[in-house]
Amino acid sequence: MRSNEVVVGSIKRVSGPLVVAEGLSGAKMFDLVKVGDEGLVGEIIEMRSELAFIQVYETTDGLKPGDKVVSTGKPLSVELGPGLLGTIYDGVERPLKSLEEKWGHFIIRGAEAPALDRKKKWHFMPKVKPGDEVEPGDIIGEVQETINFVHRIMIPPNAPSGVVEEIYEGGFSVEETICVIRTKGGEKFEVKMLQEWPVRIPRPFKSKLMPSEPLVCGQRVIDTFFPLVKGGTACIPGPFGSGKTVTQHQLAKWSNSDIVVFVGCGERGNEMTDVLLEFPTLEDPYTGRPLMERTVLIANTSNMPVAAREASIYTGIAIAEYFRDMGYDVTLQADSTSRWAEALREISGRLEEMPGEEGYPAYLTSRLAAFYERAGVVQCLGKPERKGSITAIGSVSPPGGDLSEPVVQATLRVVKVFWALEDRLAYERHFPAINWLNSYSLYLNRVASYYDREVASDFSELIKEGMSILQKEDELKEIVRLVGIEALSGEERILLETARSIREDFLQQNAFHSVDSFTSLKKQYLMLKNIISFYRYAVEEFRHGLDLETILNSPVRVEISRMKFVPESEIETLEKIEESIRSNFKRK
Amino acid sequence: MYREFKSIRDIVGPLIFVEGVSDARLGELVEIDYGHKVGLGTVLETSSEYALVQSFESPQGLSPKVGKVRFRGKNLKIELSEELLGRALNGLGQPIDGAPLPPGEEERDINGGVINPFSRDYPTDFIQTGISAIDGLNPLVRGQKLPIFSGSGLPHQRIAAQIARQATVRGVQEPFAVVFAAMGITFEEASFFINVFEETGALSRAVLLINLANDPPIERIMTPRIALTIAEFLAFEKDMHVLVILTDMTYYCEALREVSAARREVPGRRGYPGYMYTDLATIYERAGRIKGKKGSITQIPILTMPEDDKTHPIPDLTGYITEGQIVLSRELHRKGIYPPIDILPSLSRLKEKGIGEGKTRKDHSPLSNQLFSAYARGIEARELLVVLGEAALTDVDKAYVKFAEEFEKSFISQGEYESRSIEQTLDIGWNLLRILPESEIKRIPPDILNEFFNSDKSEN
Repeated sequence: MRSNEVVVGSIKRVSGPLVVAEGLSGAKMFDLVKVGDEGLVGEIIEMRSELAFIQVYETTDGLKPGDKVVSTGKPLSVELGPGLLGTIYDGVERPLKSLEEKWGHFIIRGAEAPALDRKKKWHFMPKVKPGDEVEPGDIIGEVQETINFVHRIMIPPNAPSGVVEEIYEGGFSVEETICVIRTKGGEKFEVKMLQEWPVRIPRPFKSKLMPSEPLVCGQRVIDTFFPLVKGGTACIPGPFGSGKTVTQHQLAKWSNSDIVVFVGCGERGNEMTDVLLEFPTLEDPYTGRPLMERTVLIANTSNMPVAAREASIYTGIAIAEYFRDMGYDVTLQADSTSRWAEALREISGRLEEMPGEEGYPAYLTSRLAAFYERAGVVQCLGKPERKGSITAIGSVSPPGGDLSEPVVQATLRVVKVFWALEDRLAYERHFPAINWLNSYSLYLNRVASYYDREVASDFSELIKEGMSILQKEDELKEIVRLVGIEALSGEERILLETARSIREDFLQQNAFHSVDSFTSLKKQYLMLKNIISFYRYAVEEFRHGLDLETILNSPVRVEISRMKFVPESEIETLEKIEESIRSNFKRK
Repeated sequence: MYREFKSIRDIVGPLIFVEGVSDARLGELVEIDYGHKVGLGTVLETSSEYALVQSFESPQGLSPKVGKVRFRGKNLKIELSEELLGRALNGLGQPIDGAPLPPGEEERDINGGVINPFSRDYPTDFIQTGISAIDGLNPLVRGQKLPIFSGSGLPHQRIAAQIARQATVRGVQEPFAVVFAAMGITFEEASFFINVFEETGALSRAVLLINLANDPPIERIMTPRIALTIAEFLAFEKDMHVLVILTDMTYYCEALREVSAARREVPGRRGYPGYMYTDLATIYERAGRIKGKKGSITQIPILTMPEDDKTHPIPDLTGYITEGQIVLSRELHRKGIYPPIDILPSLSRLKEKGIGEGKTRKDHSPLSNQLFSAYARGIEARELLVVLGEAALTDVDKAYVKFAEEFEKSFISQGEYESRSIEQTLDIGWNLLRILPESEIKRIPPDILNEFFNSDKSEN
């Protein structure tokens, strides 16, 4: 363990969020420091001879040379334990609710509040008994944190192994000792529910595994055409107004993860408020409990200090890793990683580093890659054997919607799923505005076998056919643009109409409509199947001489267009649509 | 805490480098004594050996030999009181209407604080502006920040004035105020707004901050911050609903660029500083509502896009922060359509929570989706028509072309003094949809379609 030596120095220079201090040569890189009389939180990011360069997580206005700087000797860390769920934090894990209670509606500089409630008692149920041997990562007991969520209390990864000497059941606060271990050296080690972990260091695990299970989110274009897996990585780039945030919110609402950590990184204040007000009222479709009970929010809005933005995604992923280590499936969503990269750029500029592409520091790519690499499926440390996963989804806000810019490019190198949002689609109010021709998912094949096994044996075949219709449509549209619709054969016109049907009746999904907002895999399958059945019958009958206008004006098409509004509870009516299609085309 | 120094070393553009200062505070207010006059500035960077001061005006006439710099020991603050209503101030908040500043009830730092996201209240009160293209399709709600993206020569001022004139929250009479911040605009443009406020009697409820094109550009960096500090005081201490009009943000950003260039910072896109996003956010994010407070701040920033380019850094970064945008179109303007609002790239992010049953009408949301997509399709069909001629279009496409034409003529277009109720706006929308065959109406759930589309009631 590191020594936690307190060192005191003084400010030499202040430039924006960067403070240069002297007299801190005893401090270490990435030590947490308190700056000025108000004790603004900062972190040492560079040391040159006698000088320490500190990025400060709060506005530096009013600081002056000579003000004191105290290094705590500890790295920037998060507090982990019961009480995280349903809470909203700022970028360095200060609970915003407590800040409001203490300081009012505006955030005060230097405000401090513990991340986890120190007074609240949690009922701890031991899972091991005195005499048992335990090692780091072992689950020693449980706390029922919410009605559906069991918070597993683990021996911290940096604790010693040993034999359980005492363990207590009952109501404890996070700082009280719940278990005493006698180490091999004969020393006593007290375990508390509260753990601390430095955010920039990944939490350890036994081994990494290949992800294979789909992360179902009820969004048709995603689940069916560009699926994500638990433990996978995805990015959502798009210009403003293309619906990145709504897509992120939809994923946070409907994905079948156990825990969602949502990092609002440099985005709008009202959007975080929206999540805060809406999530407690929404039901988790899998457990029926309020969504807020499985959510941890981290808010660094665009007007909050830029250095805290740099820290916020690490705070988020450290919390995600903690839940993963309990053996849960966690989704970490960052909206938006561009703001994080810009924070990196700003600090780098102040450090007078040599800029790389578009002023971003040369280490942008490696930092981004290292962040996404903290996602994945792992075999967790300790007993009992368990797997946990982190799925990382980051949105990117490229300037002018230009996908060739450095942050998008650096992200695409590491993520496996790319959902390309397009403003052109958004203008037509085709939402989610995910371009079906440019997007990709490298997990499609792995998910296909799952779909065929768990949903329906012909699902993956339908997906392929649907995609090929959409691709064909693109080519045909080019012809129409050049020479007009007359140049197409009847079969091609049926294909065009089918493609339109896939776009409008399947891909388009209204996030704000109570039924349409979420579609189960079963319903997705039935919807796609009906559209494609119509296509198959239509082509068949056209070949047998049925008139094109009659086919295209079939009344059953209205039924198809309304499938999305059929509630999950009446899903069997969708199965009847295929019957109507068949009778619609029954040769007279 | 008044400290005076004679040690000016460099004067570069608006920046003054003062040696030998060891205790300047970041952001501290500075007096620059030219010998014959005194200007103001603020500390941009401080160290134990020097301070870098940003002067709000051009340092013409300042000499390193004669000039003195006095550090005031406090940041730029403004005295606030309700008496500011009806007053005209310059870009630094000093009176320009001949009367002295009223004694303040309190003094505040112009940089304001960050509203705790937990303390925000989500904006949900629909504001009826009387303009169909806004109310029907991109509705404004109280506490929103909705910019107008315009171009030179387009009537953005007339639209902003129309909004200021007509905006009401239906069924309620509550104290309101207008804070108008002019940055770098011409005398004529500023007078236009002042006349509008005068005409409607809003002048006595308005605070005007005027930094004209020939006023010191660096002063502009302070102007929106002062405007919003006044707005926050009126909204959150005096329970008023404050509409803040910031025009023109393009000149603000240019002033920011000037300072950045003088500091020799690594430039971002088009020479604008890399931190422009964060800087703009500290302005725009000061809109909103707070739990338990009656007042609100609604912002309408106006910016002229250089070359009508929406991907230019100023509109681009703005769009990433604001809750939507109203985009004006040169093409519609040429066609003689007022207001020339290009509805497809326009957007209001807060609309879903501000409209619907109990707020406007239950058909509002699906109807607006349908109108958007129908208009988008109509424009596409119209392009085909131009390239290939009428014969190449299907009957459905022809109906869409007709829809798009009629939509521009009777929905988007309206009089500058015409204020339509939301019901009128929606009914016009339904009438237009009847141009299309029913099978094309896919965005509207069946129950609403039955109630509104198939009924023959049309009040227009």
